[in-house]
Amino acid sequence: MTAINQDAPGRTALLMGNEAIARGAVEAGVSVCAGYPGNPSSEIIATLAQAGPDLGRHVEWSVNEKVALETAMAASFTGLRGLAVMKQNGLNVAADALMTLAMTGCRGGLVVVVCDDPGAISSNNEEDTRAFAKIGDLPLLEPAHIQEAKDITRWAFELSEKLALPVLVRSTTRVSHARGAVVLGELAQEPPQPWFDASAPFISVPPTAAHQALKDKLKRAGEIFEQSPFNYYQGPKNPELLVVTSGVDLLYTQEAALLLQAEERIGICKLGATWPLPEKFVLDCLRRSDRILFVEEVDAFLEDNVMALAARHGAALGPKEFLGRGSGALPRVGETNPDLAATALAKILGTEYSPRDPEYAAQAREAAALAPERQIGFCAGCPHRASYWSIKNALALDGRKGFVVGDIGCYSMGFGPSGFFQLKTLHAMGSGPGVAGAMGRLAALGLDQPALTVIGDSTFFHAALPALANASYNGGKLLTLILDNSATAMTGFQPHPGTGLTAMGKDAQVLDIEAVCRALGAHVEVADPFDLEDSCQALTRLLKRENGLHVLIMRRECALKRSKREGPSYKMSIDPERCLGQECGCNRLCTRIFKCPGLSWDKDAGRARIEETICIGCGVCTQICPGSAIIAEPAKEAA
Amino acid sequence: MTLNRDFQNVIITGVGGQGNVLASQILAQMMLNQGFKVTIGETLGVSQRGGSVMSHLRISRERRLSPQIPEGKAHLVLTLEPVEGLRVLGTYGNPETRMVANTKPVYPIGVLAGEAEYPPVETITQKIKELTAGLWTLDATRIGTEMGAPILANIALLGAAVGLDLIQGDREVFEKVIQEIMPQAKAAANLEAFDRGAGEVEAA
Repeated sequence: MTAINQDAPGRTALLMGNEAIARGAVEAGVSVCAGYPGNPSSEIIATLAQAGPDLGRHVEWSVNEKVALETAMAASFTGLRGLAVMKQNGLNVAADALMTLAMTGCRGGLVVVVCDDPGAISSNNEEDTRAFAKIGDLPLLEPAHIQEAKDITRWAFELSEKLALPVLVRSTTRVSHARGAVVLGELAQEPPQPWFDASAPFISVPPTAAHQALKDKLKRAGEIFEQSPFNYYQGPKNPELLVVTSGVDLLYTQEAALLLQAEERIGICKLGATWPLPEKFVLDCLRRSDRILFVEEVDAFLEDNVMALAARHGAALGPKEFLGRGSGALPRVGETNPDLAATALAKILGTEYSPRDPEYAAQAREAAALAPERQIGFCAGCPHRASYWSIKNALALDGRKGFVVGDIGCYSMGFGPSGFFQLKTLHAMGSGPGVAGAMGRLAALGLDQPALTVIGDSTFFHAALPALANASYNGGKLLTLILDNSATAMTGFQPHPGTGLTAMGKDAQVLDIEAVCRALGAHVEVADPFDLEDSCQALTRLLKRENGLHVLIMRRECALKRSKREGPSYKMSIDPERCLGQECGCNRLCTRIFKCPGLSWDKDAGRARIEETICIGCGVCTQICPGSAIIAEPAKEAA
Repeated sequence: MTLNRDFQNVIITGVGGQGNVLASQILAQMMLNQGFKVTIGETLGVSQRGGSVMSHLRISRERRLSPQIPEGKAHLVLTLEPVEGLRVLGTYGNPETRMVANTKPVYPIGVLAGEAEYPPVETITQKIKELTAGLWTLDATRIGTEMGAPILANIALLGAAVGLDLIQGDREVFEKVIQEIMPQAKAAANLEAFDRGAGEVEAA
């Protein structure tokens, strides 16, 4: 359904926002694209990788976002166009390189697309990337809808070349994961022959001179933005209220005005080329009304910066009322939506926003409350559930009130019921071994509880290596469990250095996790998480060890990945004679605690049942039933 | 049917893995081919892990609408799972909303574990009828299962909605989209699921 490579200018295609961004890069003639998976950004590189192999483009999943940016930098330094893609947390990883890159500038168009996740729909934070544009003095563009996602990405490459600066494009979940019609543009000419001009190095020395040059470039960006078609005013000449907005919040504002039938009362200052502020354009808009509302997400970025601009021009502008997330006119956290925008607008305009009959709304909510909650958790047959089961048992046997330091991936869900509430901290990629290693060193200061950490195979390459090297060097005890499921499962099964496959489907050298850990000075053991007894024994043994770096690789392929390829290993059933249900002393261990969705509690029969459409036949649950009532027969014999 | 208002808001809902994202893409392409403007908002979250998945389709002659339907503004809800339909009404329903529902439940983990109650399907349909201007049901999962691919329930549901004339377009429009996006063998199965959905759906 996609049209990423089509040479069909003027054709309308239905694209996802992330596909539109990919198309924009293709239209701009991008040569090198690199990223690290993370929702809501993952489909951009995936789309380019699928479309890339025969078209003279290099597309890669880099090991982390900083390396992805550096990959795009190499393209730019040799005159090619480069794209780096990441989610909001990824920019934190890449920021170190980006801040100096701003100072040295670049050559070929270099665009950094960052997809923010207001409301943290698939994240553990909702930071606002726009702050980085200010910290780094970088131009920032914000598409409001799918068509702009393509057009802005395409234009960002031109802008980058014009300014010799990297350009930030900030998307959000509701742009990246929305779909809409996009009118395709022309495809770029062939890229130039790459060539590094050694007479024009990229070095920010002396730094203050480089910083001055950067400020001059940013001033020029502001001048260009005054004329940008992505910034415009919409509404009556002198509205009662001026709304300043960017990104998808434009559509929420327009919809709110429609819901309130207040389109004649509201003016909209729409910003798509957001930073540096196009000051003249913004001041012209501010002169239209004395009441200004900022509709944006997540931080009060426009609000604070436009207020600062207005303060500088206060004498000429006169008094204004500024409302927004900062003033409390809109919620300070979370994503915006048409209802929130309408509620804020109605309050300011002195009208009422009543989305539906209150009596009906109360009835509908009451009826909806009958719908049981859908907790997220590990899939049926997920090796992580088995790993956490062994962790829980080993920590209980150990008896020293040990705990699990967490990391980012599917196994992050270990903080909840499907990981038996074992995971107790959760921060950045690689924070697990970093924090757990330091807990080990705290033993010298009197901490007498053991800490262990869990980390996935993709995360291992992304950010665990420095933390493991640090533990090896600075001493103390670190027990790291690498939950190796051969996939970047949380974000959609992208390959990584341990899988032997590249983003473009080519074979690659398989990096051996065991050998890497040994080289870092670790004692390494491997266990099969599906063998609960063996895993628990290995953990118990390793928990008892004194100082040093210990790695236990829990290796079992992701159940989702496996079940796409082959059928169940076992045909599972419950022996009705042996399952005593409530009469058994186990207190429904299998369905109440172990909680694999493939097992359910049959209330009428008073015993456990296999959910045949969900169970993938991994056989692990046979090991947890004290009455040996769960039966696994090899699938082929049963069939 | 003809679009007798400026725009139509359609919600397709279900549980991760039921194929509602594909259904919304097909429906959107059908609308696009008929000259409408379309925006789809997808709430995916960690959908593969048992969560609810909801697509918002905004269909309009004139406007580019936001990817989120406002409270109480759903005109049509297609649900692949009974309680998910009820859940949607809690936020997006109004007395004029119409719904087509698959009757086969997918139990949440809390229900499987014996900790939460899943209401009887009759209770769910009764509540939905009280809250809407019309409910039509079918066992779309059975249609898919009988055809050897439970995922085809999504297409059966779409066929039901088109067959009931609850949405702009007809079988021909559907067929054209399917033939554009699917290999011949798959297209035939999709057309069959579509027809069976249209044939088996009944007013509740």
